[in-house]
Amino acid sequence: MPALETTYRDALRLALSEAMDADDSVILLGEEVGRYGGAYGVTKDLIAEFGAERVIDTPISEAAIVGTAVGAAMTGLRPVAELMYVDFLGMTMDQLANQAAKIRYMFGGQIGVPMVLRTQGGTGRSAGAQHSQSLEGYVMHTPGLRLAMPATVSDAFHLLRQALARPDPVVFIEHKGLYTMKGTLDPDAPPADWGRAAVLREGADLVIVTYSRQVHHALAAADTLQSEHGVNAAVVDLRTLNPLDVETIRPLVEAAGRAMVISEGVMTCGVAAELAARLSEECFDFLEDPVVRVAGEDIPISVSPLLETHSVPTPALIVETARKMFA
Amino acid sequence: MKNSTLPQLYEEMRRVRTFEERVGELFVRGQSAGSMLHLSIGEESAAVGVCAAMREGDTFTTHHRGHGIFLARGADPNRMMAEIAGKDSGYCHGKGGSMHIADMGLGHLGANAIVGGGIPAVVGAGLSARHAQSGAVSVAFFGDGATGQGILYESMNMAALWKLPVMFVCINNQYGMGTRIDQATANPNLHERAAAFGLAARTVDGLNVEDVVDAAVELMEGARAGTPAFLAVDCYRFYGHARKDKSPYRAEAEEEEGRKKDPVLHARARLVESGLMSEADADALDARVAAEMDDSIGYAVAGEEPQMASMFRDVYDPTEPEPEPVRTRLDRVLAQG
Repeated sequence: MPALETTYRDALRLALSEAMDADDSVILLGEEVGRYGGAYGVTKDLIAEFGAERVIDTPISEAAIVGTAVGAAMTGLRPVAELMYVDFLGMTMDQLANQAAKIRYMFGGQIGVPMVLRTQGGTGRSAGAQHSQSLEGYVMHTPGLRLAMPATVSDAFHLLRQALARPDPVVFIEHKGLYTMKGTLDPDAPPADWGRAAVLREGADLVIVTYSRQVHHALAAADTLQSEHGVNAAVVDLRTLNPLDVETIRPLVEAAGRAMVISEGVMTCGVAAELAARLSEECFDFLEDPVVRVAGEDIPISVSPLLETHSVPTPALIVETARKMFA
Repeated sequence: MKNSTLPQLYEEMRRVRTFEERVGELFVRGQSAGSMLHLSIGEESAAVGVCAAMREGDTFTTHHRGHGIFLARGADPNRMMAEIAGKDSGYCHGKGGSMHIADMGLGHLGANAIVGGGIPAVVGAGLSARHAQSGAVSVAFFGDGATGQGILYESMNMAALWKLPVMFVCINNQYGMGTRIDQATANPNLHERAAAFGLAARTVDGLNVEDVVDAAVELMEGARAGTPAFLAVDCYRFYGHARKDKSPYRAEAEEEEGRKKDPVLHARARLVESGLMSEADADALDARVAAEMDDSIGYAVAGEEPQMASMFRDVYDPTEPEPEPVRTRLDRVLAQG
């Protein structure tokens, strides 16, 4: 297939459809994934292509959706369970954290749980406190779970294809604000290595480390910093949070002496906190400033678009933070 | 169907009973690794009776009181005892213990220490069986305590909706830890709930193991053909919730009455009365089983501890890097400058 211009949503669908074509053991299950086509349309028409035995509409039973995927993965299928909103993670947490994540270890390595849990999170649709969260920190806090969060159209496809080939459970968190984003996808190009961060922008003064939608905020902020303030910032897209690639980032931070980590999730005990701790430890002797966290405020998300927008990092906040670092 | 004559059923139940007695002794001697040990004494007919209806290739999950079920499915008592003792020679190399024992070779998808936690896995295994057209049934074993968990109802609903080859077996020993079933629900007729979801459902008295076998065979063959099922087996938990629990929450008179409902002694009496086995032959069988289980204690005690290096193994697939130990990280980080 030649390279194509497509959307994040269609890239995800293409990944599912190619995987299902290639491997009869790949099945989808979740609320509204079949006839409805997915709450955000990712699985649209797949039921017509692959049938109701492989694209399975479920009752509203998040815990059993994940538990069913666990049992299916242990007995020969490659299930892709969909959790409509990451905010429902709490409903599934026993099956995810106590079962999927620990089965390989508890059972002494007898078997893995090769399942993918697709979900989406983040702000941007005025969806309120229970439909706008960024809960990747919950997942990252659980050994045994891999965690991928694509920021680009290309990664939406390639990371999902890779997730479907992993031997361990992968939580795959899409961003609801990116589904309509357009970009170039070359489905047949060799993908970047699973678990490796991508340096999307070089910069000698400051290293900005982030993932998912904040990558785009960081890139926009970096352009402003360059053009208006003469600050040359690198931008790194982590792509996966488990595995977490500090190797790629360390030399950049050592060279620049300054690092900012950005996460849409709340700050306390969050992904940004972990990244800041690691970079501070790893690069301590090279740092001119503390590694700075720019993260979601420690508050719930409001329905008000004004309050919602400013509850999480914005390009303006990223620029402002960088300017304070150089003040 | 294997192990379904009364002498075979008795022998299997005696093996479960004696295993549990021995594992209790291991615990008292301080040679069991876990701080928690849940014995199934009094519940043998549920494990043995239902497992007699299972076939090779069938899969199952159990609750935390599942030694008897695993044994009845063909587990090696040596490796079970070693696992409970936390030894490398155990089924899970000492990482799982009593409450997380599993063996994929025997279709044991895992014991579970979360009440109800292992139930939905059988729905997934049912999907796999149908996808592969393997003819296998997947059976979830759990206690009456799990009937308070929402995951049971989500799972039964899905199994019924999709007509999966799945069976739910509730071993109703009357107690969720210290709470008697009538203190936990206004309607203790547990099979009625399953019937409401569209499952073939019934309750059987666990005193007579052959009654359990009959009920299990009928329901399991139905499940195999696409009518998922629920079976509650009524029995009595002879001892406390865990090994150190002396059950102060229940009256001695109740315990005495409950222990009269002994499926092992009941089967033995029937064997002797019916002339299928002499008293002397039954004694000899009991002694043979006792020797087998004594040996398994010896095997467990003699087993090696796991290697320290195994601590970081099997968090992820063996082809992936292991997590970095704290000391390694500190040495690396503090070696700077």
